[in-house]
Amino acid sequence: MLIYLPVAEVSINAFLLLGLGGLVGILSGMFGVGGGFLMTPLLFFIGIPPVVAVATEANQIVASSFSGVLAHLRRKSVDFKMGTILLTGGLLGAACGVVIFNYLKALGQVDLLIRLCYVAFLGIIGILMFIESVRAVRKSHISGDTTPKKHRQRTWIHSLPIKMRFRTSGLYISAIPPLLIGVVVGILAAIMGVGGGFIMVPAMIYLLGMPTKVVVGTSLFQIIFVTGFTTLLHATTNYSVDIVLAVLLLIGGVIGAQVGTQVSTYLKAEQLRVLLSVIVIVVCVQLALELLIMPAELFSIESVEHVR
Amino acid sequence: MTRLILSLWLGLFPAVLIAESIVLGLSSDQVRITTQFDGSDILIFGAVKREAPIPKNTELDVIITVAGPSEPLTVRRKSRQFGIWVNSEAVEVDAAPSFYAVAASGKLEDVIKDIEDLRYKISVERAIRSVGAPMTIRNAQLFSDAVIRIRQRENLYQQLDNQVAVDQQTLFRTAIRMPANLTEGDYATRIFLARGGTIISQYETTIDVRKVGLERWLFSLSRTQPLLYGLMSLAIAIAAGWGASAAFRWVRIR
Repeated sequence: MLIYLPVAEVSINAFLLLGLGGLVGILSGMFGVGGGFLMTPLLFFIGIPPVVAVATEANQIVASSFSGVLAHLRRKSVDFKMGTILLTGGLLGAACGVVIFNYLKALGQVDLLIRLCYVAFLGIIGILMFIESVRAVRKSHISGDTTPKKHRQRTWIHSLPIKMRFRTSGLYISAIPPLLIGVVVGILAAIMGVGGGFIMVPAMIYLLGMPTKVVVGTSLFQIIFVTGFTTLLHATTNYSVDIVLAVLLLIGGVIGAQVGTQVSTYLKAEQLRVLLSVIVIVVCVQLALELLIMPAELFSIESVEHVR
Repeated sequence: MTRLILSLWLGLFPAVLIAESIVLGLSSDQVRITTQFDGSDILIFGAVKREAPIPKNTELDVIITVAGPSEPLTVRRKSRQFGIWVNSEAVEVDAAPSFYAVAASGKLEDVIKDIEDLRYKISVERAIRSVGAPMTIRNAQLFSDAVIRIRQRENLYQQLDNQVAVDQQTLFRTAIRMPANLTEGDYATRIFLARGGTIISQYETTIDVRKVGLERWLFSLSRTQPLLYGLMSLAIAIAAGWGASAAFRWVRIR
């Protein structure tokens, strides 16, 4: 069944969109990532104009994250205090990110920036996560111990001022690192058109030392606000949010997110991390190849923005 | 206005001279973009009205063009720098139609002379207005060629040789397939009569391509009330997220 998207101005099979939404929604529920880092390139691939894809994807992530966070609220696995600090940084970062985005868009280099960001961040995080999680899985096999090992080293992070107690996470650390993580994630979220969960989740685990179970819910909580803010920015400046596309993606997405949350309760945290790291590395390699191999079409067309 | 007068003049004056002019019909002069829109076939047909007997020495040829609204474009070329492919050169194209189809009763280059193509801007290559390339870029032609190549691949530019059927040198018809990714606007439709490579008559009309119903409402809301539209999108997202969560919980409790 073909459906015409009013803002994107293309006709797409509705079931394809529902399916894509569902698939990415499952990942969202399982890992606490918004899924934007997979969905945005997939939308480019099926012919949605990039500007519309990025903006609409932000709106869709709001829905799947909201659905996901409700499930986590019931399990009391959301650290609101940590989430609020992260999102304060996130909103600041998103605003900066949009300024950078518009500047590079004028230079015609925004595509390159997006791709380089993807390759760099997905590559580093994917490899680090893969090594760490494989090691964790092996350890739990050898000792037969299924609880994740908490090895809290005292690093520079613990010597910073403005210490706060985060009861849900069981941490007593400075508010500066989470705030900075929020800013970095916000900038990247605005530039890359993603929620930023795939960066924030590892940062929360490895930099802040938060327990894995709390990380997913807290990250979803923060993502709702940052992507909601991004949606409004895109809707008011670029007029590029396609509500019909968003509805189709989010119908699939919210159902997928619920399924994913259920699945994640049956899998061990270490196994989840191995799986996520493999997905991250695959997407990274794919994007890197596109930069390295000579493209079939060297030219690209961009319509000059209408002044309305 | 001058263009209108010019086209009227071009349309009427040769008709008086050669005594062959066009009577046109369209299967519809409106393309309505609805939710289920997936492209449209426009049937363009007509007849040649004449006050004199059919000239014996030459065959009548018919050319039909449909052009979407023109817009300026930036065309970029990638080159290899530091081992990766990046956009390095850019050329502005002043005006390129968002859609352009040209159908002819024969091979286009046989049907009209080059000079006529230049004057009336009939072929796809001529329909794109001159490229304003900076002096540093050689081969600016490559950039406008790229626009044609990319848009032909998306079926936005179509050259349809031998696609106009002409009966008895009087009746003609063609069907033009408009793809799903159309831009809204007035689609200028031109019909030319040619004999011996020279245009002898011209007729112009427009096909109105418009979004209607829900599509129209959403599109204009997104442009006129962007904040409201954005908030509405968010409200739908939150409601859908909550709805799915509540529905799944209900299913689980049962």
